[in-house]
Amino acid sequence: MKFGVVVFPGSNCDMDCYHVIDQVLGHPVEYIWHREQGLAGYDCVILPGGFSYGDYLRTGAIARFAPLMDAVSAFAARGGLVLGICNGFQILLEAGLLPGAMRRNDSLQFRCHDVYLRVENANTPFTNRYRPGQVIRMPIAHGEGNYYADPETLAELNREHRIIFRYCTGDGDVAPEANPNGSLENIAGICNKDGNVLGLMPHPERCSEEILGYDDGKALFMSVLHWWGLKREREVVARG
Amino acid sequence: MFQARIYVTLKTGILDPQGKAVKGALATLGYGKVEDVRVGKYLVLTLDYPDRFLAEKDVKEMCDRLLANPVIEDYTFELQEVAK
Repeated sequence: MKFGVVVFPGSNCDMDCYHVIDQVLGHPVEYIWHREQGLAGYDCVILPGGFSYGDYLRTGAIARFAPLMDAVSAFAARGGLVLGICNGFQILLEAGLLPGAMRRNDSLQFRCHDVYLRVENANTPFTNRYRPGQVIRMPIAHGEGNYYADPETLAELNREHRIIFRYCTGDGDVAPEANPNGSLENIAGICNKDGNVLGLMPHPERCSEEILGYDDGKALFMSVLHWWGLKREREVVARG
Repeated sequence: MFQARIYVTLKTGILDPQGKAVKGALATLGYGKVEDVRVGKYLVLTLDYPDRFLAEKDVKEMCDRLLANPVIEDYTFELQEVAK
């Protein structure tokens, strides 16, 4: 399975993502400069965290017009897996690949600490190695993660089980005090209708090895590999 | 030549944490009668357009596509003819 990590001017988690795919998963991975035009040969594309274009105007607002983003949209429409982490999530929102928008954290602080997340839907290409309702730990590092969507969109996300992660207490309680940024309904991650585009504010790539303290993020990447394996099997069977 | 002055603000009803903090600071300074503060963005564009109609059409398009995020923000703008 071949991964691509998109590099925008100001990306700063690209090397971490590359490291996890290369060293932890042991799968082929390449950096893709934002000025490139195509994504032929890739199976999963990661938009990493950082401060693309200095977060000027709005987070992700300028990156979403990078030449490569047309290819990312087409790739997603073909069913390719797209994972947006932190700034990558913000770019996916600005690009309209995911619904809603990010506001400044309600605390006005840049929040950089561990959070607990509840896995709300474990039946996606990105979460199938977690248990439904599992409480996991991941680090966050953002100033604009205060998710907003209008009431209709929020209802649709709930109805279609597209809210994938919510901030919670260590006991799994989705409580206001566990919300680090003011996100509606403690939302930390959502996916698109087809489930092949995921955006989340926490950083799974920063917690995918035991040596870093804990590796709760690893199952997200393992889910992608597992899903891909099953998809390949189905294709082989279909071909006879 | 035209100059467009664009004001981008959070939509009514969208929480504005910055505005809230500024309001709190003003209250600390003794301006307790400030009922509400909304923080926005102000952009000034200088446009080499011969025609007001075209300038207006394009500025609106720029706001819709990039300068404002329609999910959470509103915008208004004024267009003024300026000397080249």
